[in-house]
Amino acid sequence: MAQETNILAIESSCDETAAAIVSDGTRIRANIIASQVAVHRRFGGVVPEIASRHHMENIVPVVTEALATAGLAFGDVDAVAVTYGPGLVGALLVGLSYAKSLAYALGKPLIGVHHLLGHIYAGFLAYPDLPLPAVCLVVSGGHTNLVYLEDHTTRRILGSTRDDAAGEAFDKVARVLGLPYPGGPELEKLAREGDPRAIPFPRAWLEENSLDFSFSGLKSAVINYLHHARQVGQEVNRADVAASFQAAVVEVLVTKTLLAATSYRAGSILLAGGVAANSVLRRELRSAGEQAGLPVFFPPRELCTDNAAMIGCAAYYQYLRRDFAPLSLNAIPDLPLN
Amino acid sequence: MLVLGVDSATRVAAAAIGDDKQLVAELFFNTRKNHSQRLLPMIAALLAETGVELADLDGLAVSLGPGSFTGLRIGLATVKGLAQAAGKPLVGIPTLDALAWNAWGVPGLICPVIQARRLEVYTALFRWQEGELCRLTPYQAVDPASLVSLLESYTAPVYFLGDGVAPYREVWQQLGARAHFLPPPNNLSRAAAVAILGEERLRTGRPDDLSRLKPLYLRPAPAERQTR
Repeated sequence: MAQETNILAIESSCDETAAAIVSDGTRIRANIIASQVAVHRRFGGVVPEIASRHHMENIVPVVTEALATAGLAFGDVDAVAVTYGPGLVGALLVGLSYAKSLAYALGKPLIGVHHLLGHIYAGFLAYPDLPLPAVCLVVSGGHTNLVYLEDHTTRRILGSTRDDAAGEAFDKVARVLGLPYPGGPELEKLAREGDPRAIPFPRAWLEENSLDFSFSGLKSAVINYLHHARQVGQEVNRADVAASFQAAVVEVLVTKTLLAATSYRAGSILLAGGVAANSVLRRELRSAGEQAGLPVFFPPRELCTDNAAMIGCAAYYQYLRRDFAPLSLNAIPDLPLN
Repeated sequence: MLVLGVDSATRVAAAAIGDDKQLVAELFFNTRKNHSQRLLPMIAALLAETGVELADLDGLAVSLGPGSFTGLRIGLATVKGLAQAAGKPLVGIPTLDALAWNAWGVPGLICPVIQARRLEVYTALFRWQEGELCRLTPYQAVDPASLVSLLESYTAPVYFLGDGVAPYREVWQQLGARAHFLPPPNNLSRAAAVAILGEERLRTGRPDDLSRLKPLYLRPAPAERQTR
């Protein structure tokens, strides 16, 4: 039997310090995350300098724990993978500097991974054989993209947000609704008690057949709605606001994803990123996919938010084609996907 | 005792190998290039050129700060990776101590000053006593005028050095004939000093905890300052 390829993967692009060991791109031997959510809660968002400082203290413990959980030693590692962008530059640099010196000291190849590609490959961790070409909707606090995946080496961005990311809109609306940080999951909870058809918030379709997104107008519409209600002393049903806002975001995301998948003759649809944990989005996308005869895949919830296992999976396909990085690899905060 | 010293606290990127208080090799760049791109290739080149393997080292030392927050983290994350993978002890050396070492043996106060943004400098006062470098004041970020006021309460000559010398030279010169300056190369922190001070620490003290060791920032993160 051939030896497994063990990739030690490190992720520190935002507020999670994560290390994972993934064998052959599918078997998660360890997936350790040191979350800083509690640290940033009192600031209502991620503070870059504080995130960087915590990464510095968390990085050795998460890697040590990943090796222990996997029951492996450094000598069993075949390559070291790390996120080098996009993300907060100071945060990225901690994981990157550390991963580079590990790779050098172990005499193993270094693999630089694009953070969004990591999110996409969370799907391949669970479904290594999902039909290609695929259209992938990547939705998180920092990104909203439609990506065409031709195979494991060729991909193309079909559409992106022109202003706020979908997750960012969730967080901002959650904030004006007085929900605790991080707001996205809280908003989803509140929306369960509301009527999604109560308030006709606008859907930004942009130009005909455009695959781009825009969520800042929707966010403003919610703020204006609440502001107006307050001015006229009208009682607001917060659950209805949450549900109606969520319905507007989901409708645009689902419709454009289906449009992309059918126009590019994709064999499947893949959902990725932190917002991919949203139950309404999962349900609506799956049902729209079924109607169009397209299978819809989404990663298990714990792999939707930032983690290193997804980086280890993406890195495996780079490993197979010897796509290795030099020791001079730098962090690139606005790294493009193409 | 073979020690690798690394410094990326300021604009300088440097790495050196010291052996029993002798300098074996040093690479030093005072040019604007990203530490992230340069530091590890420099270390790799230094080791390759000297034929020293990581496994041969008795320990590693890193310039711990104060300095550029990002520069400090690049240096510390880099040596943490090396030390952990190679199973070697690591010590953090305060950057001001290493800088003060550039004024070896001077008769008077040593006042290293590192640019700290917001019109302040990072500093501490040192003095050589019986062959030992002794620190007299805490590490702190202070505005140059206040530092001069403090120095006026002493009578000894003061030797200024560091990248904070040139921008505030007129302020330091308020001390008149007591103000002394060192040759320009001595204003830059040296990995050689980090390696040699690191060797001392490894000989006499305990290595730092690899997991918990953090930079000597001297300042809270901006948002923390606002909420206090």
